[in-house]
Parts: sequence; structure tokens; C-alpha cells
Amino acid sequence: MAIPETESMQVVYSRPDSLVDVNTHYCPGCTHGVGHRLIAEVLDEMGLREKTIGVASVGCSVFAYNYFNFDWVQAPHGRAPAMATGVKRVYPDRIVLTYQGDGDLASIGMAEIVHAAARGENITVVFINNANYGMTGGQMAPTTLPGQKTTSSPAGRDVEQAGYPIRTAEMLSTLEGASYVVRRSLHDPKNIRMAKKALRLAFETQVRGMGFSMVELLSTCPTNWGLTPLQSLQWLEEKMVPYYPINDFKVAPAIAGLKV
Amino acid sequence: MTRELMKGNEAVAEAAIRAGLQAYFGYPITPQTELLEWMSRRMPELGRAFVQAESELAAINMVYGAACTGARVMTSSSSPGISLMMEGLSYIAGTEVPMVLVDVMRGGPGLGNIAPAQSDYNQIVHGGGHGDYYPIVLAPSSVQESIDLTVLAFDLAEKYRSIAVVLTDGSLGQMMEPAEMPAMQPLRTQFPDWAVSGCEGRERRILTSIYLDPPAEERTNLRLAARWQQVEANEIRYKEYFLDDADFVVVGYGSTGRVALSAVRAARAEGIKVGLLRPITVNPFPSQILDDLANRVQGMLVVEMSAGQMLEDVRMAVSRRIPVEFFGRLGGVVPFPDEIHNEIRRLVQGPLTTDGHPRDRWLRRMAAITGSPSVN
Amino acid sequence: MPVKGTIEVDESLCKGCELCVGACPQDVLELSLERLNAKGYHPAELKALGCTGCGICAVVCPEAAITVYREALVARKPA
Repeated sequence: MAIPETESMQVVYSRPDSLVDVNTHYCPGCTHGVGHRLIAEVLDEMGLREKTIGVASVGCSVFAYNYFNFDWVQAPHGRAPAMATGVKRVYPDRIVLTYQGDGDLASIGMAEIVHAAARGENITVVFINNANYGMTGGQMAPTTLPGQKTTSSPAGRDVEQAGYPIRTAEMLSTLEGASYVVRRSLHDPKNIRMAKKALRLAFETQVRGMGFSMVELLSTCPTNWGLTPLQSLQWLEEKMVPYYPINDFKVAPAIAGLKV
Repeated sequence: MTRELMKGNEAVAEAAIRAGLQAYFGYPITPQTELLEWMSRRMPELGRAFVQAESELAAINMVYGAACTGARVMTSSSSPGISLMMEGLSYIAGTEVPMVLVDVMRGGPGLGNIAPAQSDYNQIVHGGGHGDYYPIVLAPSSVQESIDLTVLAFDLAEKYRSIAVVLTDGSLGQMMEPAEMPAMQPLRTQFPDWAVSGCEGRERRILTSIYLDPPAEERTNLRLAARWQQVEANEIRYKEYFLDDADFVVVGYGSTGRVALSAVRAARAEGIKVGLLRPITVNPFPSQILDDLANRVQGMLVVEMSAGQMLEDVRMAVSRRIPVEFFGRLGGVVPFPDEIHNEIRRLVQGPLTTDGHPRDRWLRRMAAITGSPSVN
Repeated sequence: MPVKGTIEVDESLCKGCELCVGACPQDVLELSLERLNAKGYHPAELKALGCTGCGICAVVCPEAAITVYREALVARKPA
């Protein structure tokens, strides 16, 4: 019988190459960092770093271009899907991604994301949903939950006045042009692993020219939620997941059959 | 190349294609929709990028993305649509990437109408977008000139990493005239060293208009200003008609300049020593020639299809040395040569003054012409 | 015999957020409260033996600050 014997320690995980070796400005425990890391891991694994052009948006991630080791352009608030369209139409063989928050994508940029999806633009959108406007100090977002207190809904979101939060992934999945639209979460290891797989499939969709892909990622915002990072994970799981189900909303048959 | 009868909007579109346009993103709006429609047929024919965007707001941002690749890219619109593009133009200027914008002005403000106007001069020349930025603005007055200036616009935009605007109006967009189209230029295959393309074999590049550190933003602004000084030194264009012995000068651009030329010819036939200065670049503005003329003529008449926007740039160049009078038609009304001819006669008859504002005198005259009330 | 592993935290990147501490199935991580990094955070560190190199800390780390090592198992041929 073979006896296991100790060899030297081998690296089983190290920082992805596509991340620049700098500190990020994100708050401690903010899962933007996890989102960034997963994108970098996937692009490294797929060997796409040198073919990728990122489109940064406006929000906490406005300086995303400082953190990734590839070409980036900066979009005005909400316009990233339109800018990405411009880049991709000139360079159809490059990988174009947008990285957007709830204000950017679901508020000021709602027209741009709907139409990019409707046109079936061959881009990948990473949508960070943390139920508030982080960069500007925690105002109500289209994704803020009913009753949730924010700096512009101090008494809690009043659905009579402000309406109900928008489930963007579900909404976009009704469009013919949307090929891969899913929601995942970054609140625990299992969900983070599922998120990575979804990002992988999203980029595979783009590589194969199969249409519009978006991964909505439920994320924490400890600073504006007024919670510790660990408490925020719990709040996300208890409060956000029931309203924003973690699921696949549109998976084109060709993508469902992909083996990666 | 032979001359063919062409519609202004379509001529501009084809001229851009001949100049190596790689991507067009636009939205329908009267009176320039023919440009979009021409592109929708020709660009796919040639395997180039065309998207009818969901709005002008989206269109200008698609242009912004494509411009970051260094490709030749353009959009076109008219007054209300141009207003939607102001955010994008400011960002494009702040990122220092080149693009061409065709603005086919119409009556406003607001929804206005679809008739020709020149009431967006301030919006375009003096920056409707936020911040200190300096678009190169070219103002043709015929279909042929529209073609030639469209081709020039791409060259200037690239040379100065700037926005270049072809500023026309509804009549130039819609009119049909014989014109000659330039030969087809090949598409670019080499791109500038600031352009993004995927960082294969090189360091990554970032294109942004953010400079969070004020001194860094100041350096950027100074760089833009210095570049503008280069443009001012090298790219001013205008056309002179009958100025050698002129006692009076009419100043007008675009369609109005063209109508004014007919009036000037008619006045000359009567023996009036009047000439026309027609700016071709309204930005950079031909201040020097106006300054020179102010030293030797008795008065100027500025004619525009607006309430007097270029008027102020003329007044500034002339600095009250001589009287500057104004005549304008508004809201889509196009002046006829005889109206301007009458104005020239009035100028010659005098008395003229440098007191007060010419707009006020004009508004009083307009009350008589149109029956509209004037304040004083 | 449980697999042995260890981790290295890049202390210049760590923000002391404790997500790794909360996620570690072996409960071998803690913030070092007597040290601060240059940014003023208490970096995470191993507090005890027992790391299995499972990598879950690296999965949850927002700063990609953790390198995970696991001992490679080599079967010895029977004598």
C-alpha cells in the first residue's frame, strides 16, 4: 500500500497576474475586491489579459483601471455599455468588459444597458449590486431594499414614494439579445466559487461571439451599511438574497451546453 | 472625379467615408437624418461599423469608446440632439481623443422646429460642454465646401487630438448642388501610441478624463490651452469677397454668409463699396483680419440666423473702433438677399454709432418687420 | 493524517477586514492586534498550527493578499 509522504509545500493559490501590485482604495471588507480578483483569475486562466479592454464606470470602482494590468477607458456615469459598444464595434476580436455599480448601471445608465443587451452586443458586463450608492456616501439606489435606510431615505425606502427596487438581471433576461444573464453573490466561499464559474461562462460567451453576457454580483458595502465586514456578509445573505435570487435568468442553449 | 447633384447631408456622409471613416454612431433627427440613413447603407457595405444608437446620449458615448481606439469616428445630430451630446463632448475633450461631429442646426430653443438656424454657435464655439475645451469648428456654405471641410475635419481632429465640428444648418443639409467627391482613402491600419487595443506586447494604456489631483488637472488644462494656441496659429481659415476697396464689411458664415454674398454683389452693382468676410473656421475665430479691417473700414454688419452670437466675437475683435450693426432672422427663418441688401443701404446711409448694443437697435427694427413687440 | 498547509499574507495589502478569519474552517487565522501595517491596519496572520491549505481564506480575500501553500502528497512505492 502506498504511504503518503510529505514533499515540499506547493503553491495552490497566488495573486492573479492581471491584478496590478498596488493597494486598492476600496473599504476593508468591500467585496469589490473579490469581484476584481475573480475577473483577474478568469482572464488569467483564459489567457485573455492582452486582448482585453476594460471600460470603467463611475462609482466606487471609478479607478478600476488602476488595479488591472490591461488597457482601460473611462466612461461617463452610466455610459459604459455605450462606450463598450464603440470599442467592440471597432475591435470585434478583443474582449471588452464593463464594470459597473448599481447607480451607474441601473439608474443613470439604464437605457444604455438595456439597449446594449437588446442589440446583443458581444460584451461582458460585471454588475456590482450593493443596494446603495457607495462612492457618494450611501444614498438610495434603484436596488435599495424597501425600508432600507440610506442617506437619501433616512426613514427607510418608502415604496409609495420611491417605488420598488429593480431586479435588473431578471429584466434584461427578457431581451432576445441577452445570451447569458445571471445573478451570483460574493458573501461566502461557495457563492464566490459559483460567481467565478459564472464569470468564466460570461467571458466564454464573448470569446465565442455568442452575444451579450452579464453577471450581477450581490456585494457588501460595510461602510455605508454601517456594519462590520463580517456582519455585512450576514446582512447580504439575510436581506438581499431573498429579494435578489441567486439564479440563472437567461442562458442561451449553446452556452448551457458549454464545457469549460 | 465628375460632379454630381448631391444632397448636403448625404454628401457629408460620403465625404466622411471617403476620408476613411471607420465607425459611425448616430440617431435620427431632422434635418440631418439622411446622413444617418446614408451611413446605414454604406458602412455595412464596406464592412465598417454602424450603429443606430438608442439616443444621442448613447451615440456620443459609442463615439467616445471608438475614438479611444484611434479609429476615425464620427456622429451627427441637430440642435436638441447636440444638447444631449454635450456631456460626451466634454469627456472626449478631457480625454484628448479625436472625433468629428456634424451639427446641422435647426430652430430653437427647446424642440423648436426643423428649419435652418445658426443659434447654436455659442453652444459649439464657446463650449456647451463643461470645462475649458476648444473644439475646431468649420462652417461650410455650400455642398462642395461641406465635403471638403468634412475631409479636413478628420485630418485636423487627428493632428490636434481634438474634436472637430462641421457646423451647418438645415438648408445646407437638405439642399442639392453639383459637387465633386474625393477619392476613397484607405482605412487606418496604424494607430497612435496613446490608443487602446489590448496590451499585447506592450505596457497597458489607460484613457481617462479624471485627474483627481488639482495640479494634475491644471497641467492637463494648460496642455489643452497650449494645443489650442497651436490651432489658432495654424488653422484659421476665412474667405474675403470685394474687401480690397471696401468701406463697409458684412460678416456672415455658413448659409447666411452665402445669402449675404448675393446681397453684397447687388449692393456693389449699385456702387456701394461693400465687401464680405466669411469665416470658414468660426473656432479659431479670424479675429486678426477683423482687427485689420477695423482700421480701414467705416462700419460692419454682422448677419446671422440667431439673436447675435458670432456678433459678440466680431465686436470683441473690433473693440468699438468702428460701428458694428446686426441683422438676424430667428427660429428657422432664413434671410433673403434683399433684406440684407436693405441693411447694407441702411449702414451706408447712417448715421452709425458705437454706443449701445446693435442687438437693441435690431430688435426695434424687427418689431417693424415682424409685428412682434420689442421691449425698448 | 490531515494535509498540512500554510499561508502567506502580503501585509502591505491586507486591510484587516477579517473576512478570512471568519471563513477559515480550521479557525487558525486572526488579526495581529499588536502590529500595524503601513496603512494602519492590523494584518491577518496564522495564530495556530492546523492550516490545511484549503484556500478558502484566499477565496474570500478582497485584496488577493493571501498565497496558499499545501504540501504535495507523494505516494511512496512499497518497499
